Amino acid sequence: MIEIKEIRKSFGRLEVLKGFDFSLSEGKITAVLGPNGSGKTTLIKSILGLVIPSGGEIFFDGKPIYKDWEYRRRIGYLPQIAKFPENLKVKELFKLIEDIRGEKGNSEPLIERFSLDSFLNKKLRQLSGGTRQKVNIVLTFMFECPVYILDEPTTGLDPIALIRFKDLILERKEQGITFLVTTHIMNLVEELADELMFLLEGQVYFRGTHSEMKEAQQEENLERAIAKILEKEYAENS
Amino acid sequence: MLKILKYSFFDLIRSRWSIIYFLFYFITGMVLLYLSHDVSKAIVSLMNITFILTPLIGTIFGVMNFYNSREFIELLLAQPVPRKRIFLGMFLGISISLSLSLLLGMSLPFIIYGLFLSGQVMSLLILITSGVFLTFIFTALAFYIALVNENRLKGFGMAILVWLFMAFIYDGIFLLSLFLLQEYPIEKFAIAMSLFNPIDLSRILIMLKLDISALMGYTGAVFSKFFGNNSGMLISFLALTIWTVVPVLLILKKSFKKDF
Repeated sequence: MIEIKEIRKSFGRLEVLKGFDFSLSEGKITAVLGPNGSGKTTLIKSILGLVIPSGGEIFFDGKPIYKDWEYRRRIGYLPQIAKFPENLKVKELFKLIEDIRGEKGNSEPLIERFSLDSFLNKKLRQLSGGTRQKVNIVLTFMFECPVYILDEPTTGLDPIALIRFKDLILERKEQGITFLVTTHIMNLVEELADELMFLLEGQVYFRGTHSEMKEAQQEENLERAIAKILEKEYAENS
Repeated sequence: MLKILKYSFFDLIRSRWSIIYFLFYFITGMVLLYLSHDVSKAIVSLMNITFILTPLIGTIFGVMNFYNSREFIELLLAQPVPRKRIFLGMFLGISISLSLSLLLGMSLPFIIYGLFLSGQVMSLLILITSGVFLTFIFTALAFYIALVNENRLKGFGMAILVWLFMAFIYDGIFLLSLFLLQEYPIEKFAIAMSLFNPIDLSRILIMLKLDISALMGYTGAVFSKFFGNNSGMLISFLALTIWTVVPVLLILKKSFKKDF
């Protein structure tokens, strides 16, 4: 599915991704964890072709993605901060993206799920942060893709929306869909993720399941296991 | 590309700025015509405004539109659409909608006044054509500058500087060099200099068409010899086309490498 070889990316002198291999497990939910600035978003954006890697290669279904764009039809991307053209109405935005992709999305069940009916005729600039995130989710999931990449998907969601969102992910996973998710919320990771990938300073520090992670750090709880890694790292750096 | 062009175009045409821009040309044209009662005088006055204002508006809209659409660009980049189509579509959307305001705002007053009886149709046509060229050229330059500069303030400042240089400073340098080199045969130099500034190029074109090159003295004489005949015209339009195509190619080249 998605395979990454020796990926490197520098912004000026800052080396964000320092050359690692990675392949996404099909039909599973993989959580990408790591402190701020560890390269999570850069990794995701590289897979989507938003950021152009300085070295290494990325393959989607065995084909290199460089200068390709059709492969993005098979990836649903939920960006970190929902930013849209402010003057559009919600339903115009859905229409616009359908128009640009040249395919009809199945938005109704999602609009219902996230109770967005009353917002369809509102302009995007009038929406609260949480509502924007719901719009963002509908926009991502209205197209059926074999892979979804979610960057901090739960930002701003209220408890009800959060539960509905988790259900949505689990339903899709049942259908054999693959997920790559970044988040700082450990509950979400414990509840949803099958695999963890911990990025630290542009390298893969750990890859495995929750229990392997907890075992490696000799901690009962995932949050503490991760805190332990970070503390070690801070101690080494100072 | 057409879908993005369509979106960009309608987004701008629906904004009140397009209407203000249209009204500005419309009202100015009306006032100039009804005050002077002379079509060719009105064209010259309008030209002086157009060749300063059109590049400025293209510059401002090019930069602002790019920076304001950053989110939209990111949204589009994650869709199955090649980068080339996104940037070309956006650029054409802005340029075409600005050109439409210009075209309507400029031609309507003359049509109302009775352009077709005046025998100056060609002059106005050249004025509008070069206005459209300038819109495309300066929008493209501004778009490119915005694409290169992540910092909005720097990008904006740089784009305005380019406009200032082309609209005013270049002429100063041009005149100064003509003055300093007056002992030498400088016809070719002068012609070459004017090819390197799209605003000058447009100005010369319209002046020659109106047959007022005599007002420009020596340079006028040289230019009317070069630009006045058909091949001169052709070369000038070719130069304007190159001025349009090169920044667009730069935009495309840069857009392939940029990180979002």
